[in-house]
Amino acid sequence: MIRQRPNIIVVLASIILAVAVGVALIGNVFTPHAVTDQALLSRLKPPSWMEGGEAAFPLGTDRIGRDMVARLVAGLQMSLSVALLGTLIGAVFGTTIGFIAAHFRGWVEEILMMVVDFQASLPFILIALTLLAFFGNSMVLFIILMGMFGWETYARLARGVVLSARAQPYARAIVALGANPGRLYLRHVLPNVASALIVQVTLTFPQIILLETSLSFLGLGIQPPNTSLGQILGDGRDYLSTAWWISVWPGLAIFLITLSMSILGDALRDRLDPMLKTRTT
Amino acid sequence: MLRFWLIKLLRTVVTLWLVVTFAFIVLRTSGDPVVALLGADARPDEVEYFRRLWGLDQPLIVQYLNYIVQMATGQFGMSLRDHRAVIDIIAERLPATVELGLTAFAIAAIIGIPAGIIAALRRGGVLDRLIMTIAVFGFALPNFFLGILMILLFSLTLRILPSSGTGTWQHLVMPSITLATFTAGSLARFTRSSMLEVLEKPYMRAAAAKGASFSRRVLFHAFPNAAIPIVTVIGLNLGQLVAGAIVVETVFAWPGIGRLLVVAVSQRDLAVVQGLVLVIAATMVMANLLVDLLYGLLDPRIREAST
Repeated sequence: MIRQRPNIIVVLASIILAVAVGVALIGNVFTPHAVTDQALLSRLKPPSWMEGGEAAFPLGTDRIGRDMVARLVAGLQMSLSVALLGTLIGAVFGTTIGFIAAHFRGWVEEILMMVVDFQASLPFILIALTLLAFFGNSMVLFIILMGMFGWETYARLARGVVLSARAQPYARAIVALGANPGRLYLRHVLPNVASALIVQVTLTFPQIILLETSLSFLGLGIQPPNTSLGQILGDGRDYLSTAWWISVWPGLAIFLITLSMSILGDALRDRLDPMLKTRTT
Repeated sequence: MLRFWLIKLLRTVVTLWLVVTFAFIVLRTSGDPVVALLGADARPDEVEYFRRLWGLDQPLIVQYLNYIVQMATGQFGMSLRDHRAVIDIIAERLPATVELGLTAFAIAAIIGIPAGIIAALRRGGVLDRLIMTIAVFGFALPNFFLGILMILLFSLTLRILPSSGTGTWQHLVMPSITLATFTAGSLARFTRSSMLEVLEKPYMRAAAAKGASFSRRVLFHAFPNAAIPIVTVIGLNLGQLVAGAIVVETVFAWPGIGRLLVVAVSQRDLAVVQGLVLVIAATMVMANLLVDLLYGLLDPRIREAST
């Protein structure tokens, strides 16, 4: 998978992502309906090009006559922002933990790495379901959960980089010049890990989208009146035989976003990490 | 050799201990455990009885040790919903999940590993690109969406497969394929890169120089060496399979522990959730231990390196 110049697939993936973000930002201009507007006379209407469809609802309506376009825009906004927030929290938290472990060494490192190993040994959805069951679902807990996903990867990555950086002359020179640890890590080590962290972000982001949509699909994530792509999909499950569009549109959106992000992540990894490139090709 | 196994065993025990400790902390920080496990509408005398029975009047450290003993012996308590022992409910649901998981895994291995080998042999060719594109799609396609698409196509449009439930082999087709897709994709990708690495090794040229046929070189020289890292990926994929089963069982109303877990979480039947999480975690940790040991057995270099 050597990609020296951006190929057509990577360009396509970027366009899809840009469109998704654009729709989430200004999507409300695409439809005159608010997400909560119910048109009880137009329940379960198919997309407008199909027989029985109405021009006012290009992608159809759901079981209480809400416009699918409006719902998709709202779901997209929620799914993207939750995933973005979760990715950021996980990256910052995990990297900090990794720096702390590498800085203090000794028992601090042992304990932190034990927690890292623990989280890596279980599928995260299991941990998430346990916490949701015991603490009850709330938006705050749910976002914290998304932030807890994948932090252990960042922690391992950051710890490893600090350990190897500290052995390098430049780090010792900076310490000798009198820089405190905070300055050393933030100003000098962090820029050196940045590319590895960015690659990790592109790998974590689609996984968080899948986690959020899975939980919301199961009815255990984003709760009404809020909505997310996964929740709309789960809603449509009961209407598969009469209204396939309720499930298919959000599913398609999730699929395109995760696919594009994975393709971009792969391309980015190939470009930023020549070591990995020679190994996987 | 012994040291290698002891280290692995110790790590497994530590992880199991962490899992139980995690459950204990969650149970104690989320509210009154008696109310949590008996429900808010339990009678006061019942609450008092269980408080004494579980030793909640004892110091925290004693409670913690008791808890570890209880969990280790499978005393997970009673379900709120049907007042049966949690361990019995889990035992009843487990076979369905094992059946689904093993079938899915077999499908993933039968498709993923040969696909990866073919892609590696045809590196850069049309077949390679095709297989890797499908693998990336398999990665990105959420299993709940794939399940729904299959129901739309095979159950509602073509009407050739049942959309939910269990009983006949037809019921198994869609859930197991849905569950297998992600694993097949990751196996294909990993087999390919593992094979590519091996194919460049000097002993492959030596085998060719010796006059070994192409199929013999691939099957007897390259694949066994490439298979070693694949074993680890299989271990890692077990977690994916478990996570997938939770969703797939719900999509197809498959009566296994994944669906049990989702229902228990939504009803906040906490004793069941706790029991399931511990059983699943313990199974996974043990499976990973097995993979580690198998790995060391297959490749002496690993044993040496990690001791």
